[in-house]
Amino acid sequence: MKRLTVLLATAGLLAACAVQAPPPRAPEQTGPAAPRSLTIMTHDSFGASEDVIAEFEQANNAKVVVLKSGDAGSTLNKAILSKDTPLADVLYGVDNTFLGRALAADILEPYASPALADIPDRFKLDPQNRMLPVDYGHVMINYDKAFLQAKGLEPPASLRELTEPQWKGMLVVENPATSSPGLAFLLATIAAFPEGSAYDWRQFWKDLRANDVHVSPDWSDAYYTQFSGSSGKGPRPLVVSYATSPAAEVFFSEGKLAEPPTGNVEGTAFEQIEFVGILKGTKNRDLAEKWVDFMLSKRFQQDIPLQMFVYPVLPAAEWPDVFTKFGQPPAQAFALSPEQIDQGRERWIEEWTRIVLR
Amino acid sequence: MKRAKLRIGMARFLNSQLSVAGSVLVLPALLFFAIFFAWPLVEIVSVSFTVSQVSRGTMPTAVLADPAHLGVLWFSLWQAALSTVLTLAAGTPIAFAFARYRFVGQRIWKALAGVPFVMPTVVVAAAFSALLGPRGAVNAALQALFDLDQPPIQLFGTLPMILLAHVFYNVAVVIRLVGGFLSAFNPGIEEAAASLGASRWQVIRYVSLPMALPSIGAAAALIFLFTFTSFGVVLILGGARFATLEVEIYRQTSQLLRLDVATSLALAQMVITLMVSWASARLEARASVPLEARRAGDVGKRPATLPARLLVIGSLGFIAVVLIAPLAALLFRSLNLEGGHVLRYYSALSENMRGSLFFVAPQTAIRNSLAFALVTAALAMLMGLPLAYAIARGGGGQRPESRHASPGARLLNVLLLLPLGTSAVTLGLGFLVAFDRPPLDLRTSVVLLPVAHTLIALPFVVRSVLPAIRSFDPRLREAARGLGAGPLQALRHVDLPLLAAPFAAAAIFAFAISLGEFGASLLIARPEYPTMPLVIYRFLSQPGALNYGQALAMSSLLMLVSAASALVIERANEQIGR
Repeated sequence: MKRLTVLLATAGLLAACAVQAPPPRAPEQTGPAAPRSLTIMTHDSFGASEDVIAEFEQANNAKVVVLKSGDAGSTLNKAILSKDTPLADVLYGVDNTFLGRALAADILEPYASPALADIPDRFKLDPQNRMLPVDYGHVMINYDKAFLQAKGLEPPASLRELTEPQWKGMLVVENPATSSPGLAFLLATIAAFPEGSAYDWRQFWKDLRANDVHVSPDWSDAYYTQFSGSSGKGPRPLVVSYATSPAAEVFFSEGKLAEPPTGNVEGTAFEQIEFVGILKGTKNRDLAEKWVDFMLSKRFQQDIPLQMFVYPVLPAAEWPDVFTKFGQPPAQAFALSPEQIDQGRERWIEEWTRIVLR
Repeated sequence: MKRAKLRIGMARFLNSQLSVAGSVLVLPALLFFAIFFAWPLVEIVSVSFTVSQVSRGTMPTAVLADPAHLGVLWFSLWQAALSTVLTLAAGTPIAFAFARYRFVGQRIWKALAGVPFVMPTVVVAAAFSALLGPRGAVNAALQALFDLDQPPIQLFGTLPMILLAHVFYNVAVVIRLVGGFLSAFNPGIEEAAASLGASRWQVIRYVSLPMALPSIGAAAALIFLFTFTSFGVVLILGGARFATLEVEIYRQTSQLLRLDVATSLALAQMVITLMVSWASARLEARASVPLEARRAGDVGKRPATLPARLLVIGSLGFIAVVLIAPLAALLFRSLNLEGGHVLRYYSALSENMRGSLFFVAPQTAIRNSLAFALVTAALAMLMGLPLAYAIARGGGGQRPESRHASPGARLLNVLLLLPLGTSAVTLGLGFLVAFDRPPLDLRTSVVLLPVAHTLIALPFVVRSVLPAIRSFDPRLREAARGLGAGPLQALRHVDLPLLAAPFAAAAIFAFAISLGEFGASLLIARPEYPTMPLVIYRFLSQPGALNYGQALAMSSLLMLVSAASALVIERANEQIGR
């Protein structure tokens, strides 16, 4: 028994020591002041280069702590639930599909960053500047080039064409109730086939269902398990993914691919814009402002494409080669206002669920 | 005469001391549940039913009156029942084979059978797809063989796929729990029945099964709750047309932010959990009979007869085809066969190619995973074993000493399983609203991770060792005490060696629950303590061959770590018990 206790206790101790904690930041004795810590709350897809963040930390004598808090919806929910005792100073990663909820929840402080001057007005969706645009991207359908070629098919020319028999059983979408690209694609179809028109989005989805659309719970399953154009070699050649996915296929092939194995289907895109904002009740308002300015600066903006595979909102930011060659945004994209989305979301998701799944 | 009286008096005194000591030993577990389970739940319930941004204040009765929600509840129930029955049907014969017979590589087979338990669902989906998907190996072979246009096996998005995946994940629970129980007790009673003329079937029907019933009941309750609250399997392998309560809770929370609806469903889930827990606790207490324990290793014999050989071969065949084949498909896909180095995806794990702030070296992920799992297993065993002994002493059963069952112990035994049936989403939000102020401002603390894992592992440990402790003939321990051994000495030299197998099973699963990150990824806003499953998910969130390859390479490392740790724990346990 003693041996058991000792063994377990030692194991526990060892384990406690072994958990790799972030290197302790001892207050610097020599410097004028210890670095202040700035906490950024974000979704799991946030990415940045080490040296870019280090630059901000050095310039502002700060330590950046990143709290990854689940998918975009879960992150916002956690921010709302912890409103009275905020978990962080800054919230990043709310997109235009959740913007209405974030603003209504009254969890953010306005900040008119001087950096906004260089950013096109079409990205600024909150006139009070509680949420500032950082990057944008497009959810759209990707196709498997080889698969279509083997079948002698041209990529679909429109959303409507997806309901035709030649595309039966070929499309994978994500469930809008559990996935952010899934919701964005549903919104694209609602913008394309508005309520009240002769052929509305409900009819479109009924037809898609009749045409054997596959619904995946999330992007990873849709892309890797169901889509034939990915390394997972699934069964279906069309998938709801991102405009930059073909570029990413080339980038992550380690030089094996000169051309993307996949392409984008024009006329199926929904534009997602991601925002950053300062959380109400922060004790580091000045530092938080510096961070927001930094996210909009050329240095951070140029880091965005290869870390998160979305486009920087700053026109002056240069794109990497693989983006200019294979990752161009679509010529046209569908859009709905944040207010429309906020008012419609719950009803649309419920209706969609009934039409497509039940 | 006087001396004898004195001895009895002393024994009584010691026993009463022991039960006081017992209550003290149980305290940590009770405190743990109170702080990390009851309190966050109370907080989230009060937030959920107050009208606010996140709630319209709909009451559970109104939520459950909605036929759509009732439909989800009903589906959750019957698919879990069916999954449990199938898993027991597949697992019990295998458990019997492992407990009664000795064969080459037995430990390794058992360790491999437990690997699915820790695998992330999205990876398992990829594995099944590689084998059984429309373009998978099996369909391709069948199509070529019979010259078919369409793939003959269409499992994805069907109920059989969900059931198959539930068996895949949970059959190891039966093998370890029922097998561990059977191998701790004497097969002599089976042999006696046989020599008295009972047929093989009669021995199984009237001796083996009734003997193993408490452990089968415990395994059934645990598997029922795992599958009742199934999230990833139903979501990913079942396709979008199926939804369990847990899936619906996630949907209502993450996209709709309707905490009133989500928490109502979570409460319904808990009520059913209580009913299941109560039923199984009753069954286990009633079915347990004192049995003669044997040293682990003394029980099995070589499969000499034909039926015995068939049983062993069939068991190993099942493990190879149903459990190992999908894992092997993953392993195969983690190799780079399209030019360049074969192990390229493994070596790439150690390169921070994009200079990312969030790069995680594989050894860091492995070390973090192992550390959390060790802490979880240690916490769950140290708090769980005293709790299990306390419940066994006070919780009814056929033994004279537990006739005067204490209602407290019984209640505890029923409440115990509640964390297993509690939605991770709901509890996670409970953590967020409960631990937001000193002295317990833990919301972003690393402590919450092992705590969350222990909430699942602790009930698992108690329920899995309880049948063995109950059936353990107390006269053995009394004999040791009578010969002058102290209570701890008796435990060390009597219980531990004889109950090594059930204890090892409990520790292995406590470890695996943490290694597989049971729902905890939904729990917390975490700073960077990346574990292996987290790294896998991260790779799978971006497109490209390298990401996919690295995800599968990390998954293969996770399999290795899981199998190796099961072997080590089993071995360590035998050493301690010696």
